[in-house]
Amino acid sequence: MVLQWGCSSSSQKSNSTNKKSQSKNVEKTQNGLTTFQLKNGIGPVTKAIHPGPLNKEMAARGKEIFQNNCTSCHKIGQRYVGPNLEHVTSRRTPTYIMNMILNPTGMTQKHPVAHKLLEKFASQMANMHLTKKQARAVVEYFRSINSGTSQN
Amino acid sequence: MAFQKHINQLLVSMMSVAVTIFIFSGCSSQKGQIGNQSAADQVYVPPGKHDKYYSFMSGGWSGDVSVYGIPSGRHLYTIPVFSQAPMDGYGFTEETKNMLNTSHGFIPWGDTHHVQPSKTHGMYDGRWIFVNDRNTPRVARINLKTFRTDEIIEIPNTAGQHASAFCSSNTEYVSANTEYSIPLPKPLGNGVDVPIDSYKKNFRATCTMIKVNHKTGHLKIGFQIEEPPFDYDLGRFGLGMSKNWVFYTCYNSEEAHTMLEVNASQKDKDFVLAINWKKAEQAAKEGKGRVITTTYDHNLRDARTGIVNTDVEHKVRVLEPSDLKGAMYLMPAPKSPHGINVSPTGKYIAEGGKLSTVVPVESFPKMIQAIKNNDTTGSVTAGIEGRIPILKYKDVLAYEVKGAGLGPLHVEFDGKGHGYNSAFISSEVVKWNLKNGKVIDRHPTYYSTGHITVAGGDTRHPYGKYLIALNKITKDRYLPTGPELYAGEQMFDISGNKMKLLLDFPVEGEPHNAAEIKASLIDTGQVKYFKLTDNHNPYVTRKEKDAKVVRHGHRVDVYMTAIRSHFTPDNIEGIKVGDDVHFHVTNIEQEWDIPHGFAMLGMRNSGMLIMPGETRSVLWKPQKKGVYPFYCTDFCSALHQEMQGYVRVSPANSNVKIVYGTNKDLK
Repeated sequence: MVLQWGCSSSSQKSNSTNKKSQSKNVEKTQNGLTTFQLKNGIGPVTKAIHPGPLNKEMAARGKEIFQNNCTSCHKIGQRYVGPNLEHVTSRRTPTYIMNMILNPTGMTQKHPVAHKLLEKFASQMANMHLTKKQARAVVEYFRSINSGTSQN
Repeated sequence: MAFQKHINQLLVSMMSVAVTIFIFSGCSSQKGQIGNQSAADQVYVPPGKHDKYYSFMSGGWSGDVSVYGIPSGRHLYTIPVFSQAPMDGYGFTEETKNMLNTSHGFIPWGDTHHVQPSKTHGMYDGRWIFVNDRNTPRVARINLKTFRTDEIIEIPNTAGQHASAFCSSNTEYVSANTEYSIPLPKPLGNGVDVPIDSYKKNFRATCTMIKVNHKTGHLKIGFQIEEPPFDYDLGRFGLGMSKNWVFYTCYNSEEAHTMLEVNASQKDKDFVLAINWKKAEQAAKEGKGRVITTTYDHNLRDARTGIVNTDVEHKVRVLEPSDLKGAMYLMPAPKSPHGINVSPTGKYIAEGGKLSTVVPVESFPKMIQAIKNNDTTGSVTAGIEGRIPILKYKDVLAYEVKGAGLGPLHVEFDGKGHGYNSAFISSEVVKWNLKNGKVIDRHPTYYSTGHITVAGGDTRHPYGKYLIALNKITKDRYLPTGPELYAGEQMFDISGNKMKLLLDFPVEGEPHNAAEIKASLIDTGQVKYFKLTDNHNPYVTRKEKDAKVVRHGHRVDVYMTAIRSHFTPDNIEGIKVGDDVHFHVTNIEQEWDIPHGFAMLGMRNSGMLIMPGETRSVLWKPQKKGVYPFYCTDFCSALHQEMQGYVRVSPANSNVKIVYGTNKDLK
């Protein structure tokens, strides 16, 4: 049974639901992901970021980066090629969003939430090869357009 | 007839030898022991794993260069060079079509012959591949970071470029020598419009030295050397002790101009021409020879814009043999020699005797000694007052390889003390001891081998594990595909005393030679996508917001973006019959292996592929009014089918305004 699982593709969809794990951060959940990864995504950002008060300057930079790189597929306030990102910071942690931007294929293959979205939208999100700093600025832009943004 | 019968018998007996070998290796494969691996084990590269070597093979009449993985024989890619390629639009699209310009006009096809990798200190460095077009004299440079042709330079004052494009041991020069001599323009020659039977008087060959910029790889005609009107067949630069010299075989020292099959095979010996290119370079620097006016095209891709520009050049310095005293010699060689190669230390120079049954092997030290002794056996008139001295065969000869088969064509070395030659008529590869020429082993090939190539061959340290025979005749080796068959290559394990046939694999076109380069020299530095921020094409559209359609008279420029999975704009109106519509499509993806295609109903030139971050431009001339769909030709995502759009074409005299957009009402 274990062997069979080991041989199957890593992109195989997990048949378990995503209940919040009770275990510690480092322990693997049933998806093979850590609690950290479930919450914050899989990718180059491996420590949770805690943005604090809104940085307007950074948000303005983020807006420009978003408009130059992301608007082919994302519109604020409506579903387009990809999801509506107006309230994304209410649904996802800043770290998760950064990992989604920086590692879109890894996320849709391995993360159950991102994988579900790929099922729904059918279009693999493009990797625009932003830097971490640029991705962080895009998160700040998302926070600036979402009045209910959490600071976690 | 009797001769043919003899050959047939020979082939049959060789085939039975091959069957025996096959059965033998079949048994050993069942043992599956390390050190006695089966052929299948030796060529098997598991799924997801990579080959050890790249093999670059000229396509011959296909005009391109195709790339294979070794030892698997997998076809990895085909690089368009001298031929237009609808695959991606090379030679059709606006930014690439200048690559095929020549002084004869736009020549969209070629006959690629000799693939030569760039070298540093006598070793392949994985930077560029040089390859020649035999028909329209030109040499191309392929960039191994992109696997694209970045530059083509035409060679003036020559025709039938066969002895080309060979590379010196530090890539100082790529040389190109003439097979088909032609009359040269004044003041060098008597002019180009002369009777054919004035061949001996008026026709001349030229050896061209193309200077390679060490940093950029850019090519420039350095100088040419006038030669007697023989047919120069193949060449190689020296290595190690002989690295300042370059050697060419020639046939037709009879200087025939008709029925060469008979008339160029009269003499018992033709020649190897040896030129000290260092001294020739010095003579050119000193201003010797003369600068003549001619015309040749030089096409170069601008790395910043991706656009190929053509410069028409006019001047070339031509040296005469009289300018190269002590630097240009002929060495007799039997009989209509074909291939030539220099051993890894540079000590031996060996040719395929072609119409002889021996492979003559000359000694470079003996050649130098003979030159010092000034011991010649006459000379050949060349140039206005020059003569090229002929050294004595016995003075330069190290040994002849006896029993080299019938029709020995090409020679290779393994760096472990062995030489190998192909034999075209008797269809075999022959292995011999480099010290004395004694034959060690022979193996039949299927059929009629031309070039052979040892992995890493023609360097100071060949890798030596594999030898590939490039066979000219395929016949029954694969499932038949009608009258025409791809050429069949055969790979041998040459690490033991006995050569062991490992693999047959068919290849595109008819490769005239090949070069194997270690994968690690190439695979780490690959361009995977072009950074949009570094795209300086004048028609780039970096973001959808900047997409636009602009009319200037009958010219309409469409600045379009492509990303999974839509174009912007995807609806365009206001195009009229008679317009020249230039689609400038920028793929705004920034991810490896996500090209987008562009195809338009009624497009008469070609579709195109646009790599991530790149802009390519294609011209469409709509002929009739109507609404024309366009779409992406590269299956880019699950919504690839949906990646489509429409252009409305109205009559020439209509008043429909230019409007465009994606997912919005057109105004």
